[in-house]
Amino acid sequence: MTDQQAWEGAAARAVRPSRLGSPERTAQGLREVGYLPDQHIASVVYLGEQLAKPVLIEGPAGTGKTELAKSVALMSGMRLIRLQCYEGLDEGKALYEWNYRKQLLRIQAGQASGERESDEAAFWSDIESDIFSEEFLLSRPLLAAIRSPEPVVLLIDEVDRLDVETEALLLEVLSDYQVSIPELGTVTATQTPLVFLTSNNSRDLSEALKRRCLYLYLDYPSAEREQEIVRSRVPGIGERLAEQVSGLVRSLRAMDLKKRPSVSETLDLASTLYLLGAEEVTPKLAADTLHVLLKYQSDIEKAAAELVAKR
Amino acid sequence: MAGRSTLAAFVAELRTIGLPVSVSENVDAMAAVLAMPIADRATLKSALAATLVKSADHYHAFEVIFDLFFGDSRVGISELTDPAAGPAAADGVTAAANGAGRAGIVAALSDADLSDLLFQAALAGDQVLIRAAVAEAVSRYAGVEPGRPVAGVYYLYRTLRRLDMDRLTARLIAADNPADLPEMDRALAAERRRGQVADIRTEAEAEIRRRLVADRGAAAVARTLRVPLPEDVDFLNASAEQLAAIRQAVQLLGRKLAARLVRKRRHHRRSALDFRRTIRKSLGNGGVPADLVFRKPHPSKPEIMLIADVSSSVAAFAGFTLQLASVISSEFSRVRSFAFTDGIEEITDDLGSAPDITAAVRGISSRPGVVRLDGHSDYGMVLESFWERWGPQIKSKTSVIILGDGRSNYHASRSYVLRAIRQRARHLYWLNPEPANTWDSGDSIISEYGKFCDEVVECRNLRQLKEFVEALD
Repeated sequence: MTDQQAWEGAAARAVRPSRLGSPERTAQGLREVGYLPDQHIASVVYLGEQLAKPVLIEGPAGTGKTELAKSVALMSGMRLIRLQCYEGLDEGKALYEWNYRKQLLRIQAGQASGERESDEAAFWSDIESDIFSEEFLLSRPLLAAIRSPEPVVLLIDEVDRLDVETEALLLEVLSDYQVSIPELGTVTATQTPLVFLTSNNSRDLSEALKRRCLYLYLDYPSAEREQEIVRSRVPGIGERLAEQVSGLVRSLRAMDLKKRPSVSETLDLASTLYLLGAEEVTPKLAADTLHVLLKYQSDIEKAAAELVAKR
Repeated sequence: MAGRSTLAAFVAELRTIGLPVSVSENVDAMAAVLAMPIADRATLKSALAATLVKSADHYHAFEVIFDLFFGDSRVGISELTDPAAGPAAADGVTAAANGAGRAGIVAALSDADLSDLLFQAALAGDQVLIRAAVAEAVSRYAGVEPGRPVAGVYYLYRTLRRLDMDRLTARLIAADNPADLPEMDRALAAERRRGQVADIRTEAEAEIRRRLVADRGAAAVARTLRVPLPEDVDFLNASAEQLAAIRQAVQLLGRKLAARLVRKRRHHRRSALDFRRTIRKSLGNGGVPADLVFRKPHPSKPEIMLIADVSSSVAAFAGFTLQLASVISSEFSRVRSFAFTDGIEEITDDLGSAPDITAAVRGISSRPGVVRLDGHSDYGMVLESFWERWGPQIKSKTSVIILGDGRSNYHASRSYVLRAIRQRARHLYWLNPEPANTWDSGDSIISEYGKFCDEVVECRNLRQLKEFVEALD
């Protein structure tokens, strides 16, 4: 493909009316539902909608990956359909399944009611076309998102837990927004869903999957943004306490720990201190509440030693 | 909007340093640029990052190249030199540079006053003034020579040496540190100041790059710069920052590899049918065995003995390999580690309790058991004492992996020991952190040992280490 052709193709795709307005409007909307995005997050969410591409969100645990997808659904008023991935998930649970039991019942009912009178071949083709109709189809999350008449947000959570082979199941849905069912034909989406995939980075996802997605890496937030998050999520907390909590967490993250404190743990600490009625963090208070932030004994010991050394 | 040719050259540069940018991703990037209301560099950067960079490890390299190609052409400075253009910039607080013509004043300052200005600007957090001061410092101290094909590392060094960053940090910390401040706040404030100084350093680096780009063009500078991706950094000559990046990457890589090894073992469909569970499952379908259930395969977990040269020349490599081994140790029935220079000791227990393995390896390398005489590697001697002390414990399930450069300081090789190990062990591998074309030069006797190994693997960076572990079974 030449550059010229690439540009023309790109231009054709780029001109679409947007449901989210603009990156600024997206940021504003997310703020209103209580998610504080930075400029990059808002831009990528907007871009995902505009280009009709899924957004793959990667990052350490507890940085708000799932929360982002939920907030987008909340903000735009769309229904959220969630597929929780786990090892051993198969197409019967992700895409669709034929309702075996109901099909068996249909066949038995047909035999009992004496349809057999007519000739054998016609009887069978009758039943066959009947039991492979939509009535006997159980929609699982991916198909449900495609078939939904109104626009939805599809969240595919922890996609890195899928087996490598199962990952391929997602490809057709993600690139063309369609599902092929051999007995029925192809079901195509009438409304393009907004798709978010989250991953904890426990394995490399396939190139094929990454290529179909926009990529957003959610790292731990900057100290200022975290402070803002603390203040919005723990109403009533003092300015100073919020600043100290985010500062403390930031210095803990700089240490070499087994598990670094996540944003949700920061919030836990902030509300703990708020409930304890503390007005400021002293090293002693910090050392006493470390177990809220850190979940390994060796980490707690290390951090406590560091806090003492700073005196 | 960014010019098309710039975008094409930008993508070409990303591909050159090894970022896997496919054609469809390239098209996506163009679509993203067209679809976004590109207001500033930040939006452009977001659009390109989301479409072109699909791994967090690669983001840093992307950032550097982005700044080269789409660097803001000296916005801060033009505001300063043109007094009418910069009312916003003139809101700055510092007395030394208030009002119009700040740039002129900056240029007229003496060296001592310039570092003082930088200090004041940092203290007040005045970004525009910091940039002006850094720009002036670069013009004065860096001694940029037009047309020279360099990456600017030495210019940066010269500039920072004259600005004396350590002193600046100390002054900043002292300045907002009255004794009555609670200790907690003092520690946090000091940390914030250190972050600020790191930002100044980055700004100086960016300023130098901007000048290089103005002089020779983005593509030419990118060619001399060539930031390697973390997985391509050479173990033996990595900088301190790169080593830290590698250490983080190893941790992540270990987790990924462990998950992959588990999957590889679990997903053999060659095992026998589990008849009882198949029948049980078929009851839900009226006795039709729609899903077959297979017996779980019995995983064969090999035992691994790692023998690592920890003498100074290859210690970093040994550290990373041992770290990786400990992260994936759950996938082997046992991982035993040995460290040597001219003596050898088992270090399995030391590593098991150490929180930071690379630091532990540094400590181990000076231990009396590991250093017998002078601490220069003596492979022959070490292999022989390994064979005497632990040889009988090598079983047919054991894979022995030796980590080292095979430079034995002209001592006797005693390679017959390796033949004996090979006969008893399941596999014998040798990982060498040196580039293959320097093997057997000088005191390296790697090929003499290589004769008895299953394989001698060149293992200079994370990518090669990963490939080796993946193939291991």
